[in-house]
Amino acid sequence: MSVVLLGPQRKPSVGPVVRSMDLPGRVATITAGWQEREPDDAELDQQLGAPGLNLSLYARWLDVLERDPEFATAERRLRALLDEVQEVYLVRLDHALRAVYAIARRGGNVLLQADALTEAIAAVREVDTRHLRRISDIHEEYYTTCPPHERPVIAEHRAAVAQRLHDTSALVITGGHVGVLVATLHLFNVAAALRSPVIAWSAGAMALTDRVVLFHDRAAQGPGHPELYGSGLSLLRGVVALPHAGARLLLADSTRMAVFARRFAPARCIPLEAGGRVDVNGDTLPPGTRVLGEDGRVRVLEAA
Amino acid sequence: MSGPAVSRRLAINRLRERRPLEPAAIDRFLARYDVPIVEGGRCTFLYRGGADEVHLVHRTLGLPERIALRRLHGTDLWYVVVELPEGSRFEYQLETRLGDHHERHNDRLNPRLAHSPVGASSVCYARGYEVPEWTQPHPESRPGTLVDLTVPSRVLRRDVGVQVYLPARFRRTARYPLLIVHDGGDYLHYAAAKTVLDNLIHRLDVAETVAAFVSPGDRLAEYANSAAHARYLTAELLPRLEEEFPLLGTPAGRCLMGASFGAVASLSSAYRHPHTYGSLLLQSGSFVFTDIGNDHGGGPVFDPVVRFVNRYRAAPRHVAERVFVSCGVYEPLIIPNRSMVRTFEDAGMAVRYVEARDGHSWENWRDRLREGLSWIFPGPQKLYYE
Repeated sequence: MSVVLLGPQRKPSVGPVVRSMDLPGRVATITAGWQEREPDDAELDQQLGAPGLNLSLYARWLDVLERDPEFATAERRLRALLDEVQEVYLVRLDHALRAVYAIARRGGNVLLQADALTEAIAAVREVDTRHLRRISDIHEEYYTTCPPHERPVIAEHRAAVAQRLHDTSALVITGGHVGVLVATLHLFNVAAALRSPVIAWSAGAMALTDRVVLFHDRAAQGPGHPELYGSGLSLLRGVVALPHAGARLLLADSTRMAVFARRFAPARCIPLEAGGRVDVNGDTLPPGTRVLGEDGRVRVLEAA
Repeated sequence: MSGPAVSRRLAINRLRERRPLEPAAIDRFLARYDVPIVEGGRCTFLYRGGADEVHLVHRTLGLPERIALRRLHGTDLWYVVVELPEGSRFEYQLETRLGDHHERHNDRLNPRLAHSPVGASSVCYARGYEVPEWTQPHPESRPGTLVDLTVPSRVLRRDVGVQVYLPARFRRTARYPLLIVHDGGDYLHYAAAKTVLDNLIHRLDVAETVAAFVSPGDRLAEYANSAAHARYLTAELLPRLEEEFPLLGTPAGRCLMGASFGAVASLSSAYRHPHTYGSLLLQSGSFVFTDIGNDHGGGPVFDPVVRFVNRYRAAPRHVAERVFVSCGVYEPLIIPNRSMVRTFEDAGMAVRYVEARDGHSWENWRDRLREGLSWIFPGPQKLYYE
């Protein structure tokens, strides 16, 4: 599966990228991350040079909630449970990461500090791993008790989405609300019907990875801890997508950034800035890709 | 590259050196400068008119309560220079005496006023202070709506009017956190609470939230650790709101908020009904206490408050998960508030504490709402990547 990750599209670059791929047919689009603004895709179509075929995942989701109240109730319960799990995870993460930063900034014996830091980061990774496992278990139980493919409204929409993907030669996924995007991509089983190249940016890029990491060091309430939100489509494994990294992360704080990179290693943390483009074929990132190094600095990957 | 020479001497000192100092020169001086004149950390307060004495009066902790202005020799212009630290907001009035006639009034040379239920006062913005732009109406922010609700209360023996804020794009199918705001009418009127919510929700800083603005009857009785008030909130208002609106209905989705006595009411209500409210947002709480004896200096209205705070401090109790505390460093309540932070932490609650160079005022409380609300009910900003 060929994947192209782009930087944020405030100054659009998707048009030339799509044209350079010389695609034989129409392009499917997913703008579910825009939520209520999902249908406002005229500007996107203009960039693409032809009307895209919007999969309308957000509208489909609202339709499911309306026509299948039993599923709507179950999903609301699931969301409440996941929210609580996330809250508890953040409490644990807060303590674990405070220990990491305290050790990272402590002086004294260098070897002792390095060992202690490694162990402290390992504790954070353990918290992360258990959190992902818990989310996965919750989803598994949910899908067992409330199998989406057995619900007629969802099955109907899944078939329509699969057909649209079959009729198009590429898929474009825009940014927006990454939670909504991931949820709708899973609900309508987009991964199962994908056969063509995918071009994505911002939340769209995050939703393609196997670990969605939320981050905002410049939030109104102060820097938050980067937190695992769950799994995306897993088209990209071993990649943490960081759209708007310059604006959202304290990149100049190399201690903080080093912890970030080491916490998610061996996954590569890729800052995706405006104008950026990363072509991924298989599991290897191409030379020239900017990644966050374990020293906390952004560097460029060289050819192997 | 050199620019125009900038004088380090204060404008008032340059004026003082002018000879002769005609009234027209003072007219031009006053027309040229915004009053008070803020030059670095020094602020020059002025009064023009016939008087025998002029004083700057204020309630800023650390400065003399009355600061005398001096008359500029041979003129009717009075002045005093006060050092105000960067970022300060300083509320004040002027007191003039002419013969036996005393008058306290706002600074007529300064158009800036701070409003409160007890009237308006002049306000000086020191260097570095700016009114946060998110406190002002913004054309792109979709406005929420205020719905009037009457909740008949058996415990308070009156019908209580509540204004309920519903966020823009309010949907019955969604579930919202609930913020219950003491002195709700004042928060709406003097702290621009609706505008603030509209803006912060629009910017994704704060979650889409339903807010109930409640106003007291006999404020000093109802808010001073009153069992009836706590029962009204928890047994009457809360069930009604949760029946009428699509609310989360969990402790994590409920917050009590208040300033001054309203903060006491928030804490004491949570104390009386622990783990009903997951969060508290306490601004300049009147948490007056004594470590020994009964001389708290607050007068009889504070007696029940002091009894409650003393009891709480003796045995701190975990009454909510998260507590946001803010206080102005220029108000006497800064000392008890600083003390309470440790007390709350000792009780095992997560505390976010913020101080500001400001006083016991509605604009101080307004300016802290972004930090407070975004911590209590964070918006989905971390989920948006456009």
